[in-house]
Amino acid sequence: MSIIEFRQTSKHFGPLKVLDHVDLSIDEGQVVVLIGPSGSGKSTLLRCINGLETITGGDLIVDGLSVTGGKKQLREIRREAGMVFQQFNLFPQLTALENVAFGPRKVRKLSKEQAEEVAIDLLDKVGLAEKAGHYPAELSGGQQQRVAIARALAVKPKVMLFDEPTSALDPELKQEVLNVMRQLATEGMTMVVVTHEMSFAKQVGTRLIFMEHGKIAVDGHPREVIDTPPNDRMKDFLQHVE
Amino acid sequence: METDWSVIFDYLPALLAGAKTTVYITILGLVGGMVLGTLAGLMRAYGGWLLNAIAFVYIEAIRGTPIVVQVMFLYFALPVLADIRIDPMSAAILAIVVNAGAYIAEIVRGAFLSISKGLTEAGLAIGLPHWKVLLYIVGPLAFRRLIPPLGNQFIVSLKDTSLFIVIGVGELTRTGQEIMASNFRAVEIWTAVAIIYLIMTGTLTLILRVTEKRMRIL
Repeated sequence: MSIIEFRQTSKHFGPLKVLDHVDLSIDEGQVVVLIGPSGSGKSTLLRCINGLETITGGDLIVDGLSVTGGKKQLREIRREAGMVFQQFNLFPQLTALENVAFGPRKVRKLSKEQAEEVAIDLLDKVGLAEKAGHYPAELSGGQQQRVAIARALAVKPKVMLFDEPTSALDPELKQEVLNVMRQLATEGMTMVVVTHEMSFAKQVGTRLIFMEHGKIAVDGHPREVIDTPPNDRMKDFLQHVE
Repeated sequence: METDWSVIFDYLPALLAGAKTTVYITILGLVGGMVLGTLAGLMRAYGGWLLNAIAFVYIEAIRGTPIVVQVMFLYFALPVLADIRIDPMSAAILAIVVNAGAYIAEIVRGAFLSISKGLTEAGLAIGLPHWKVLLYIVGPLAFRRLIPPLGNQFIVSLKDTSLFIVIGVGELTRTGQEIMASNFRAVEIWTAVAIIYLIMTGTLTLILRVTEKRMRIL
């Protein structure tokens, strides 16, 4: 069953066409990896799903709700679609525990105790239970990103959106974040991931989409399309990434 | 005429009463100025075009005219224009509210807009309405950055109260002027007045320093 559906979705920034009549249906449980050259529209596509970017044409349905359905509906969509950012964006004035408990408290309206219970479980899941009392500035980039994943999970979303989650990390810190993502995928979480990590795409992805000029240029099984790219442009791109 | 510092002590009660009025005008004026300034600053930062335009006109009109003209307008022109008569004290307080409000608005706007957009997006992405993101996340961070420039404005406003001499409010400068007119002890009286101002601004600086130290600036 499809949980995200782009229907002739377009996005313009002034005269610039970033998404050009995209049709895309993502099913529950899929791990979709989005790749493409910079400016191809992959981040925009991801950010349209939770309405951080407003679509300018067509429609986009998330968990049965259209992103064009008004502010309240958009908030419902955002509760079902958690997002992890390239720059982590943890709240600097809150501890790791408070960052993760924030969503359950303010969005799901749990009590402080219940929210902290949820938060501790999730910090444990990403391997950071012992860092609960630390502020983001006291954590490494990889640890911050794992807290950010826990924060997104705390709202109990049905889909997780990852916008280049390891691009701001040193090579040795990427792995700990990718491991958490891999674990999520094995638990059956629906994921849409913008990344340049081709080995992750091959091992964890169930579907790979190559974007170019605001359109989906290739859509296939990761291992197949990475090993034998169906067109020259993608072959060219893959050579530059690896 | 020789200087005789002992005259200061004769007039100290009067000077302190003047200082009390200065503090009174400053505190009430700044409390009002904070409310008005926060409102106008948020209107500038997040309001639609209409709210933005209203705040913009207010801020520019006030920043572009001297505070003496503003208080004269409130005290002398308003009664003629709108048949609203106010006493000098109220005019003085209102002048600080309106004047400080305009500068505080820009301080508030700057502080809020200086907070990384990514944090707002992170707040929105977990499903909070925008106003809650501002209240729980951006606001507390912006507040920390507000303190240093706000301290500046508080000191400026405190000293600006001396200009209300023009409408005859019995604050510290006016009191000094009146004493001077009766005994011509210019050196002693103006030195005392200056020192009392320094004590007031010094206290203010100290309070702000302590507040700043207690809060981690992020």
